[in-house]
Amino acid sequence: MHGLNFDVAHLLAGSLVLVSFMMLYQDRLYALLNVFALHAVVLSASVAWQAYIHDAPHLYITAAIALLFKAIVIPIALHRMIVRLGIHREIEAVGSIGPTMLAGIGLVGLSMAVMLRVTADSDLLAREDLAFALAVLLLGLLIMVTRRNAVSQVVGFMSLENGLVLAATGARGMPLVVEISVAFSVLIAFIVIGIFLFRIRERFDTVDVQALDRFRGERR
Amino acid sequence: MALIADLAVQGLQMVLVVGAAPLLTGTVRKLKARLLRRRGPSIIQPYRDLLRLLRKDAVVAENASWLFRVSPYLIFAATWVAAALVPTFGTGLLFSWSADLIAIVALLGSARFVVTLAGMDVGTSFGGIGSSREVMIASLAEPAMIMIIFSLALLARSTQLSTIAAFMSSPAVGLRVSLAMASVALVMVGIAENGRIPIDNPATHLELTMVHEAMVLEYSGRHLALIELAGALKLLLYVSLIVCLFMPWGIAPAGTGWQTHLLGAAAYLGKLTVACVALALFETMVAKMRVFRVPNFLGAALMLGLLGTLLLFVSRGL
Amino acid sequence: MTGAPATVSLLGMAAFFALSIFALAGGRRRLATPLVYGAALALSAMLHVNAVVALVAAAPAETLSLPMGLPWIGVHFRFDALAAFFVAVVNLGGAAASLYAIGYGRSETWPMRVLPLFPAFLASMNLVVLADDAFTFLVAWECMSLASWGLVVAHHRTPDNLRAGYVYILMASFGTFALLLAFGLLAGPFGNYAFDAMRVNHPAPLIANLALALVLIGTGSKAGLVPLHVWLPLAHPAAPSHVSALMSGVMTKVAIYAFVRVVFDLLGPPAWWWGIVVILPGAASAVIGILSALLEQDLKRVLAYSTIENVGFIFVGLGLALAFRSNGLVAMSVLALTAALFHVLNHALLKSLLFFGSGAVLTSTGIRSLEGLGGLIHRMPVTAVAVLAGCMGISALPPFNAFVSEWLTFQAILLSPALPQWGLKLIVPAAGALLALAVALAAACFVRIFGIAFLGRPRSDAGAQAQETDGFSRMAMILLAALCLGAGILPGFVIDGIGPAVQAVAGGQMPHQAQVAWLSIVPIAQSRSSYNGLLVFFFIAASALMSVALIHLLASRNTRRVPAWDCGFVDPNPALQYTAVSFAQPIRRVFATTLFMAREQIAMPPPGDAAPARLRVRLRDLIWDTFYVPIGSAVGIASERLNVLQFLTIRRYLSLVFLALIILLAVLAIWR
Repeated sequence: MHGLNFDVAHLLAGSLVLVSFMMLYQDRLYALLNVFALHAVVLSASVAWQAYIHDAPHLYITAAIALLFKAIVIPIALHRMIVRLGIHREIEAVGSIGPTMLAGIGLVGLSMAVMLRVTADSDLLAREDLAFALAVLLLGLLIMVTRRNAVSQVVGFMSLENGLVLAATGARGMPLVVEISVAFSVLIAFIVIGIFLFRIRERFDTVDVQALDRFRGERR
Repeated sequence: MALIADLAVQGLQMVLVVGAAPLLTGTVRKLKARLLRRRGPSIIQPYRDLLRLLRKDAVVAENASWLFRVSPYLIFAATWVAAALVPTFGTGLLFSWSADLIAIVALLGSARFVVTLAGMDVGTSFGGIGSSREVMIASLAEPAMIMIIFSLALLARSTQLSTIAAFMSSPAVGLRVSLAMASVALVMVGIAENGRIPIDNPATHLELTMVHEAMVLEYSGRHLALIELAGALKLLLYVSLIVCLFMPWGIAPAGTGWQTHLLGAAAYLGKLTVACVALALFETMVAKMRVFRVPNFLGAALMLGLLGTLLLFVSRGL
Repeated sequence: MTGAPATVSLLGMAAFFALSIFALAGGRRRLATPLVYGAALALSAMLHVNAVVALVAAAPAETLSLPMGLPWIGVHFRFDALAAFFVAVVNLGGAAASLYAIGYGRSETWPMRVLPLFPAFLASMNLVVLADDAFTFLVAWECMSLASWGLVVAHHRTPDNLRAGYVYILMASFGTFALLLAFGLLAGPFGNYAFDAMRVNHPAPLIANLALALVLIGTGSKAGLVPLHVWLPLAHPAAPSHVSALMSGVMTKVAIYAFVRVVFDLLGPPAWWWGIVVILPGAASAVIGILSALLEQDLKRVLAYSTIENVGFIFVGLGLALAFRSNGLVAMSVLALTAALFHVLNHALLKSLLFFGSGAVLTSTGIRSLEGLGGLIHRMPVTAVAVLAGCMGISALPPFNAFVSEWLTFQAILLSPALPQWGLKLIVPAAGALLALAVALAAACFVRIFGIAFLGRPRSDAGAQAQETDGFSRMAMILLAALCLGAGILPGFVIDGIGPAVQAVAGGQMPHQAQVAWLSIVPIAQSRSSYNGLLVFFFIAASALMSVALIHLLASRNTRRVPAWDCGFVDPNPALQYTAVSFAQPIRRVFATTLFMAREQIAMPPPGDAAPARLRVRLRDLIWDTFYVPIGSAVGIASERLNVLQFLTIRRYLSLVFLALIILLAVLAIWR
C-alpha cells in the first residue's frame, strides 16, 4: 500500500472520530446539526477515498448515499423540524463536559485495545478502520445516553450508523443491495422518529424524553 | 572549526530571538490594526516602547519585597534560555542537548511560577486575581503541552527538539491524524500561554477579565520593559516551535554550510510572516471568552493531545 | 570507614535506643533537648555517611544475624545496596530534622512527650530497612508505627489531634495486618520467614498475586496511596513539625522501601498486569492528593496532601518498572526504577524542608491557617528563601531536583510503546497525562502557599509580628535547600549513586552518567533525550546577570517607592487581598466540581439590609464518604449487637467457651 494513500485514509477515518467528539459537547441544536453534517461529509470523503484506493466502484455509491442523505437531506429535514417544533433556541444541558469527554476518551482507548488485539493479523487499513469504526459507534451511543432532547438522540443514532458504514467500508464494503437497504432503513427510521417526535410534542408539549418517563410513572 | 560554526549559530540564535521578538509583536499589532481599518502604530513601535520604559524610573510599591525586583530578571532569563533552545532557521544549535522539549516547557513553567509570585507580592487584589487565573490556565495548558510532546516524542522516538524537527522534515512522517490533532492543540496552547485574544486580551486594562496584565500591574520602568520583552520572546518561542515542528520545510540541518542557513533564515522569515497574518486574522475574528469558558477551550486542547497520543497506536509504526 | 557498614548501622541503632532511654530518664532537664537532638544529629550523620560510602563503593551485600527474637528464626539483618540507599535517605532526613530540632525543640511545651520517642522513631525506621526476616521486619514496622503514633498524639490536648491519632493507629494496624498476611503467604507452609529463603522460593502465581495485593495495601496505607490515604493529612500535621517532616519525608519512603523490597526482590517474576495495578492508584493519588492540597487552608495539611501526590508519582514509577520488568525489558525497567528512587530522595529533601519552613512559621506566628499569614518574606527573609527553593523544587521546575526525577519518569513513560500488551500501551500514556496534570497543579498549589503565606501583606496581627526563626532551624533549611539545588544541577552523580541500589533489585543499572560530556544526563541515547541541569542553571544565571548588567549600564537606575498602584483602587485593608480560598476558586470550579462535589452558595441579603453577603463553599470527600463511613457504621452496628455479650451470666460465658471448643474440634475433625 502506498504511503500517501494510506495516510489520507487514516487521516479521514481519524477525523471522523474527532468530529464525533465535537458532537459530544455541542449544546445548541443547530450547531449539533452542522457538526453532524460535517460528520457525514467526512464519512463520505473517507468512503470515497477508499473506493479510489481499492478500486471498488460500488463504494462510490455508498459515499454518494452518505453525502446525499446524511449530509444534506437529513440535516435539512431535522433543521426544519426544529423550526417547526420551535425548539431552536433551546440549550441542552449536556452534563459536565469534562467527564463526558473523559468517558469518550476512555471509549476510544477501549475500542483501540479491543480491535487492535482482535484483528492483529489482518490488513492494516481494515484494522484501523475497524478500530475507528468501533470508536465512532461507541461515541454515538454515548451521545444518545448523555442527551435528553429527542432530536439530538436522533443525531446520535445517525452518527452511530456512520460508524457502521465505516466498519463496512473497512471490510471492503457490503453487497450493494444490503448497502441500499440499510440506507433506506435508516431513512425510514428517521421518518418514523420524526413522526414520533411530533406526536410526543403534541402530547407533552416538549421533546425532552424525560417527559416520557414521567408519563410511564417512573419518576415522581 | 565545526565547533566555532555551531557556536556562531547558537550565538546568532540568541541574539536573533531577542532582537526579532518585538518585531513580531509589532507586526501582529500592525496587521490587526489594518484589519480593523485603523492605521495602527509602526511595526517598530515595541522597540520604542521598550526604550521609553528603560529610560524611566522604576516605581515600586512600598511594601514590595526583593522578590518583586528580582522577578523580571528571572522571568526574562528563563524565557530567553528557553527561546534560545528552539530551532529557528537551523537545527544545529550547539546546546540543544542541554534541555529537551520537556525541559523547555518546564523552563517556561519556572518563568510563570516567578511571574505569578510577583503578582502576589504587593498584596493587591488585582495581582491576586491575575495570578489565580494564570495558574488555573496553566494547570490545563501544561498537561496539554505535555500530551502534545508525548504524541511527537512517541513518533520521533525522541524528546530532543532538533531530532524531532529532523524527523518531522523527513518523508517518514506522512499524514497522521495524531499529528493533525497535536498541531491544533499546540496552536490552542500557544494562544492560551501567550494570553492572546480568546483567552486574555494583551491590550486591555482596567477590566476584570484580564489575566497577564493584572499580574504585572505594579511593574513599571525597566522591570516592565523586561517583562514585556519576555512576553514578546514567549510569543516568538511558540511561533518558532509550531513552525519548526509542523512546518519544518527549509530549516537548515546541523553541520551544513552557510548557504543552507541563509535559505533557512529566509524560510523562517517567510513562515513568521505567515504566522503573523494567521494570528492577526484569528484574533480579529474571534471574541474574548469569559474566564470560565477558558477551561473548555484548554480542556479541548488537552483532549486533543490525549486523543492524538492514543490514536498513534492505530497507525503503522507504533 | 571500611569493614562492616552493617555492624556500624546496628551499633548506630542501638545507640539510638540508648538515647531514647536516656531521654526518658533525663528529659525534664532544660539541657536535655539540645543534648538529645545533638546526639541524634551526630548518629544520623554517621549512619548517613556510612551508608553513602557503602553505596558509592558498591560494597557487596552483608548479612548479620543475632540470636534474639524467636528462637528458631533469630534476628537477621542485611545491608545491601538497596538498604544502603534507603538508610542514606532515612538518616539524611533524620540528621536534618535533628539539626532543625535543636533550635525548634526549645519551643516545645512538653519535651518529655517528644524527646524519648524521637530517637526510637529514627532507630525503628533504620531497623525496618535493615531487617532481613519477616519477624524482625514486622516488629520494626510496628515500632515505627507506635513511635510515630506517640509523636502524633504528643499534643493530645489540641482539638482534633486525638482523632488524628485514632485514625492513624487504626490504619497503621490495618496495614501491618495486611503485611503480616502477605509475609505469611510468602513464607509458605514451612514457615520460611527469612528473606533469603523467600528470595529463592518463588511462590505460585495465585499466591504471588494475593501477596502483591496485600503488600500494596500494607505499604500503600503507610505511604498514603489513595484510597488508603485518609489518615495522612490528619496525622502528619498533628505532630511537631520536625516529626511531621520525618513522617512525610522519610516514613513514607520506608513504606516505599518495603514495597520495593518485597515486590522487586522477594516476590519473583511479576505478571504483566501488576504494572497496571500499581500505576492506576499511583496516578489517582497524584491527582487527588494535589487537588486536595489546593482546597486546603491549613499550611501543614497542604504539605501532607502534597506528600500523597509525590507518593503517587513514585508508585507510577515503580509500576512502570514492574511493567517493563515483566516483559524482560531490563534497561527500561532500570530507568523507571531509578526515576522512582531519585524521586524518593528528592521528596525526602523537599518535604522535610517545607515542613521545617511551616514549623518556623508556626513557632513565630502561632498560625497554621494560610488565611492569617502574609508578608512573611519581610519578617523572615532566610526562611522565605529556603521555602521558596522548596516550593520551586517540589513544583518540578528546573533547575531544581524534582524536575529531574519527574523528567526521568516521563522518559520512562515515553518508552511505553515497547510494551507488547495493548492495555499497558494505552494506560501508560494516560497515566502520563494524569501525572502532567498533577505537576501543573502542584505548581499552582505551591504558588498559592508561598504567595499567600510569604508575600503580600500580613492578614493578622500575629502574622505581622513574626520573627525570624533561630539559627539551627535556619541552618537546617538552608542546608536542605542547597542540597535540593545541588541534586538538580548535578543529577548525574545522584543517578550514579542510586545505580548500585537499582542493580541490587533490578538486575542492571543506568549507563554511568558522570562520564557524559558536560555532566549531562542521558538516560538512553543522546539523540533521544538529554538534560543538563548545570548548563541550564548556568544559562539562566548568566542571562539574568547579563540583563542586570546591561540594564544597570544603559537604563535608568532610579527606583522610587510609592504606595501600591492597583489600578488606582485604594485598599488600605489587607483583608481585601486575595485569600487562599479565593486563590483556589478557579481551580476548584474547574476540577473539584465533579471530584469533590464542590458547591458554592451565596447568601445575598435583601436590598436595604446591611447584613454581609456570605459565600459558602461545601466540599465532600467522596473517598471518605464511600469507603470509610460505611465501614465505620458497620463496625458501629456490629459492636452494638455484640454489646449483649458483656452482660451474660457465668453459666452462659462457660457455655460459649464450651461451644467454641466444640466447633474447633469439629473443624479439625472435618479437615483432617
